[in-house]
Amino acid sequence: MAMDTLPHAAGIIGAVVPRIDGPLKTTGTARYAVDHNFPGLAHAVAVQSTVGSGSIRTLDTAAAEKMPGVLLVLHHGNMKGAYRLFPHQDDATISEARPPFEDEKIYYWGQFVALVVAETLEQANAAASAVRVEYDVQTPDVRTDLSAGFTGTRQSSWKRGDPDQALTTAPVVVDETYSTPVETHNPMEMHGTVAVWEGDHLTLYESSQGVVNHRIVMAEVLGVPRENVRVISRFIGSGFGGKLFPWPQSTLAAVAARNLKRPVKLSVDRRMMFSNVGHRPHTQQRIRLGATPDGKLTAIRHDFFTETSMLDDFVEHCGEQTPFLYSCPNLEVTTGMVRRNVGAPAPMRGPGAVPGLFALESAMDELAIKLKMDPLELRLKNDAERDEGTNRPFSSRHLKECYLTGAEKIGWKQRTPEPGSMRRDGKYIGWGLAGASWAAARIPCTATVELCPNGRICVRCATQDIGTGTYTIFAQVMHAKTGVPLDRIDVFLGDTSLPDGPTSGGSMVTSAVLPAATSAANEAVTRLLNIATLTAGSPFAGAKADTLTVSHARIHAKDQPASSGIAFEEVIRMANLSDITAAGKTIPSWEDPKARDYSMHSFGAHFAEVEWEPEIARIRVSRIFSIFDCGRIINKGAGANQILGAAVMGVGMALFEDTVHDPRTGQPINGSFADYLVTTCADLPALDVTFLDYPDLLVNEYGARGIGEIGMAGVAPAITSAVYHATGIRVRDLPIRIEDLLQSKILEA
Amino acid sequence: MQTFNYVKATNIDKALTGLGSGKFIAGGTTLVDLMKLDVERPSTLVDINVLALDKIEKLPDGGLRIGALVRNSDLAWNADVQKSYAVLSQALLSGASPQLRNMATTGGNLMQRTRCAYFREPSAGTPGGYGCNKRTPGTGCAAMDGFNRTHAILGTSDHCIATHPSDMCVAMAALEAVIHVEGPKGKRTIAFADFHKLPGDTPQVENALEPGELITYVDLPKPVEGARSVYLKLRDRASYEFALASAAVVSKVEGGHIRYVRVALGGVGTKPWRSHEAEAALNGKPVHAATFRAAAEAALAAAKPRSDNAFKVELAKRCLTRTLKLATA
Repeated sequence: MAMDTLPHAAGIIGAVVPRIDGPLKTTGTARYAVDHNFPGLAHAVAVQSTVGSGSIRTLDTAAAEKMPGVLLVLHHGNMKGAYRLFPHQDDATISEARPPFEDEKIYYWGQFVALVVAETLEQANAAASAVRVEYDVQTPDVRTDLSAGFTGTRQSSWKRGDPDQALTTAPVVVDETYSTPVETHNPMEMHGTVAVWEGDHLTLYESSQGVVNHRIVMAEVLGVPRENVRVISRFIGSGFGGKLFPWPQSTLAAVAARNLKRPVKLSVDRRMMFSNVGHRPHTQQRIRLGATPDGKLTAIRHDFFTETSMLDDFVEHCGEQTPFLYSCPNLEVTTGMVRRNVGAPAPMRGPGAVPGLFALESAMDELAIKLKMDPLELRLKNDAERDEGTNRPFSSRHLKECYLTGAEKIGWKQRTPEPGSMRRDGKYIGWGLAGASWAAARIPCTATVELCPNGRICVRCATQDIGTGTYTIFAQVMHAKTGVPLDRIDVFLGDTSLPDGPTSGGSMVTSAVLPAATSAANEAVTRLLNIATLTAGSPFAGAKADTLTVSHARIHAKDQPASSGIAFEEVIRMANLSDITAAGKTIPSWEDPKARDYSMHSFGAHFAEVEWEPEIARIRVSRIFSIFDCGRIINKGAGANQILGAAVMGVGMALFEDTVHDPRTGQPINGSFADYLVTTCADLPALDVTFLDYPDLLVNEYGARGIGEIGMAGVAPAITSAVYHATGIRVRDLPIRIEDLLQSKILEA
Repeated sequence: MQTFNYVKATNIDKALTGLGSGKFIAGGTTLVDLMKLDVERPSTLVDINVLALDKIEKLPDGGLRIGALVRNSDLAWNADVQKSYAVLSQALLSGASPQLRNMATTGGNLMQRTRCAYFREPSAGTPGGYGCNKRTPGTGCAAMDGFNRTHAILGTSDHCIATHPSDMCVAMAALEAVIHVEGPKGKRTIAFADFHKLPGDTPQVENALEPGELITYVDLPKPVEGARSVYLKLRDRASYEFALASAAVVSKVEGGHIRYVRVALGGVGTKPWRSHEAEAALNGKPVHAATFRAAAEAALAAAKPRSDNAFKVELAKRCLTRTLKLATA
């Protein structure tokens, strides 16, 4: 439908379109949050707790306050009344509910205990290290066994049939526990805030995945009207979920700036990234599968613990995909939230699905081995044709085709199931596969389109581009509708002064912005054509508007070529208008009677190959084929980039990432880029991404679902399955370590 | 980071007299890092980057003289080093990243300090901070019962188990390099094996330099005719990580028997770990997998693992076994 009303859709919707913001980023022209400087700017540095639990006994700022350039030292003793508590409410979310410096209590290592503001960053740094804090110390609870000391109640969900009874009678049962460690978000750009007050109006330059949400939270916490707060995040050096909701550094910068009546800049450094601004929480998941001897699932139990902080109720929903990924009559998911002395967790790429599918898909691989069945065949045999969790039909599900395509690409038919049975170039190789899924929805969005008398188009929306290509998507829609070239389209995002747009999270932005942008563009063109018929001197004066159209940036009769008409801006000039502007909006899928009765999800599969050299206990991932069913892909360049990047993160999850807390202090002891290992370029396998590209027209008129989250789901279990196939070692506790692999009995022949 | 004075020295004499209680800075890849963490708090930095110590020269006896300011990249890609001291080139290229190697110097790498996370914690060795005998003698060792997966298993003491992180030094240990220094009392040379100190009960003393001494050159002896050399580094990921275990081997095979061999290990020792035990197990023995494994067993016989690093014993054995196989193939 949408595609029919867009004369230039064929060349640009679904094409590989270079990012329109690319040159700004590659030339260093794009300004990120802390790139903003103002006259009188003061620099703030936070002081962190060096204990993981306890309370501040004394906090001595005397020496720091006397140091050169120091303007202000904030701490719990002088912050009374600075904040209001953020209420639980429907339209906004905060990351860490406790306001900074609320009292003397310490809940996690690294918690901010003071803020030093000085004329220069160097002065603030030096003074921050001169703040003396003494603590009444308690031993922090950072135990990695999440069942230890659990006294809460488990929440049951998705129960159907009688899974316990079915497990008792199942001929074949798998019962294993899987764990994923604390993974730390490490976007290239760290969190940072520049706070600027003008009277009672505050502007925050932030690195935020949701400027609208950020504004609501900050207005509440600071006790000022929403309209007095403006949040700007024009460019974001990614977030991976860690920047969805505000963190204390934003509040601290705003309060310091208000106290000093000067702009204040506060950066979170790389060490602080590991303690203060979220992480994917540790999970511990017991999976029980029951099956018939021929491989039909009869029961699934998914009972998991997820860790959270002492004060925030964060749950990593590991069981979200479990109810609908497979067809199975008896099923239950239970959740246990476990408190530890760590900072507040946060959503991280594919929250819930990524650790949850590591457990479920690993168990499926183990079941296949127990059944002596091909793991691919087991997937195909238990594929769900309907969402058995919600008892709704899927809007569009092509998971089987993902599996079959992947199998063809890697040559799965050649796979011999015995561990250590496949070799190439003197190395053992292993192949593994796993499925992926992530929810789709259409969330609300508004946007405006402005046709300008200089021949340009301006689009405005207070969503943001976190590196995914959102700027370019808007430009693609404008070009598709009008034929105006991309270099004459200006897209403005990441600013709360623009029409409200969605938070960049949950893979929902593309499907949300497309309808709003399209309806605004349609309306703007309709008005333009009307004006063309009403404006004296216009060649179309007196014509019927519905006989006209716009293509190649020109207004012309529908039955005539574009060359017969005139440039669209000429009509705007003839009519003496500053511009022609129209607004558009997106109706959420839950208000859409056609969409709300469907289960909407994306699906995919990863096929991984590893190489194993037992002589030196070296495992390397050599190839990953990723086949994804994410609706119509709007920009195949940026889209493939999402899946590639997610696969790279998945390699890190499988092999490297693990935030280790010292048991005595609760400190993330490997909190640096040298010690916390992420995937390097040298670790990259050959990556191959395929999109099935079936439009899901219930999600939106383009049939586009989101793709940011799903790519990471399924990578780790595909790799651990491949590692088992190569080495005979089943790794159930991530990451895979040399320690595990040294136990392999697959040695040099 | 604390405030410091900065002086640029234009010749060696000025560098020596200007030092006082300060520190020399060359590439700064370790020092500046540690200054940011408040681990190093020099009152003065004497910048030696313009001293004429940046040449690689052949010595009359067939050896090679490497200026202390020769950058790791230049040393690694030097034709003579690649041809006659391949183990050194390989070791350098396995370390850090190209950007770091372009800055890091030969002398600086000899002075590289441990990556022990407790040592690097700003408050370590201070009241309320982690115990660290290297930072403040007598405050204990937090790594002993802390997270010690990357720590040493050879040459440790009850006071310190910090790993020496350098790759270059492991190769130089196997090559039996000689270090030239110049100080207030004049010039002298230090055999490589004597340069780095075991922690013992003085882990704060890391090397044999006297106060005020400057490293000027490193000499590599004349290459052993007919010998081959190999460096192999094992770690979790493929790049930009310190060794979990590494091995440098220089060996010469005649008639299927090992006639000359030098072995050093990295990632497992509190200093670049020359293994005389492995050499003794190899000398005169036939080139055979069993010989290599016996040498690896000998090299690690004295290993003392802690809670998280027991795997290094087997990993180092496999590393050395494979390196010997490659060097004698």
